[in-house]
Amino acid sequence: MRKFLSSAFAICLVIALTPAMAPGESSSAGEAIWRTEATDAGAKESGIPEFFVPPPPFSDGIFPCSDCHEDQEVNPERRVLEDMHEDIQIINHNEKERWCLDCHNPDNRDVLRLASGRLVSFEESYYLCGQCHGTIFRDWKAGIHGRRTGEWNGKKTYRLCVHCHNPHQPRFKPLAPQPPPVKPKNIK
Amino acid sequence: MTKYGKNTVRETKVSRRDLLKGAALSAAAAALPAADAKASVWEAFFQRHFQELNAREMEKVISRLEMEYAEKYGKEIKISTTKPLPGVLFGYGLDISRCIGCRRCVYACVEENNQSRDPQIHWITVLRFKKGDKWVSDMESADKYYNPDKVPEPGYFYMPTQCQQCENPPCVKVCPTQATWSEDDGIVVVDYNWCIGCRYCMAACPYGARHFNWMKPGLPAEEINTKTHYLGNRPRYSGVVEKCTFCIQRTRNEKGPYPACVEICPVGARKFGNLLDPKSEIRYCIENKRIFRLKEDLNTHPKFFYFFAT
Repeated sequence: MRKFLSSAFAICLVIALTPAMAPGESSSAGEAIWRTEATDAGAKESGIPEFFVPPPPFSDGIFPCSDCHEDQEVNPERRVLEDMHEDIQIINHNEKERWCLDCHNPDNRDVLRLASGRLVSFEESYYLCGQCHGTIFRDWKAGIHGRRTGEWNGKKTYRLCVHCHNPHQPRFKPLAPQPPPVKPKNIK
Repeated sequence: MTKYGKNTVRETKVSRRDLLKGAALSAAAAALPAADAKASVWEAFFQRHFQELNAREMEKVISRLEMEYAEKYGKEIKISTTKPLPGVLFGYGLDISRCIGCRRCVYACVEENNQSRDPQIHWITVLRFKKGDKWVSDMESADKYYNPDKVPEPGYFYMPTQCQQCENPPCVKVCPTQATWSEDDGIVVVDYNWCIGCRYCMAACPYGARHFNWMKPGLPAEEINTKTHYLGNRPRYSGVVEKCTFCIQRTRNEKGPYPACVEICPVGARKFGNLLDPKSEIRYCIENKRIFRLKEDLNTHPKFFYFFAT
């Protein structure tokens, strides 16, 4: 009988405490995902979790860049590209002041280079964009800029800047809209 | 002769009171299901209000509805009755400076929430305004039938509207049967089995967010989303009102996916989260962006926040 009473008391206690604890629990769980899954030192610093991004949207067969570039000499001269990459044009992205090697690392083409000289992988290209677009970068980290999928109270999938913006022509491309609603007079 | 005749009249005379009593009784009898009706019809007729159901009654109601749906659509439809999560008040953000008016959200919502395809019901309406024209003060003159080859069009901007999940909802106040109410997590819900189709709520809603099933909903069985909630996207009947529920069947979970419209938006204009969590996306919007609520002067206190990220 005493055993029964004490277990009943324990159950009551759990029931009484559950609603009060739940909000705190859920927010700390969200935080745990946020912090523990960030392995990269830079990511930890900036509060960006690691789990979130799908791989960068490379054109077919273009990566790794070193497949072709490894044996080539670096030509640092500004020029119109003719033999290769002739489809790449910089439009609406400060083309007068920008050039391939401002972002692409001349010594190892498989990584990008920040203004500071730090090398970052294509999976972390947001650091590169964030050098100029700091306010957007800040919003993106908070989940405000850009598309996001997943759970509102759990794991989320972000997108890289380059999933929506072609880095060489970053303006968002217009889309065909879905059909308009049926007008009331056409409803039978 | 006269006396005899008089008596006859007196004998067959029905008093006003008796006539009214009889009329009321026969009207009541006509409203009852016929004696040979199926047991489930009687059960539906005597179903208590959703908020008053105990666990056993709830189970009975759900199994009855699941049986009805299985019979009607020839496939298994799961109806959940998940309660609001404690410590959660849902809020929604929409970035007007990003929306391009592509209507992807409208159709993602239709698929997720089992709206009628024909006649067409959309819970989300995307309005188009000319830049520089009157807009929030003159929503009726907005264009919702725009159909260019590509969006966004130069010189225009777009503002999607849907249920604003008001804290002070006029639609709830006018409902004569209490078939619509505000839940603890802030979602305004409709019980399709209690709605009598008077459409008072539609008249009361200043956002045009409520929609009426004028006919039997045209919902092809193969397109049904079988994961449903009693107060959300379960298939509706003709003669009932429906509206956005912040995808209650998705979001009201310990690991709750974003609403369908948030996930589909190609420009990421739609944000969603817990207003009571200071670290949520929606709180970040409210604290850091220029934000407004639609028709704020009506004192409806929407939990739907329009903002400008740039």
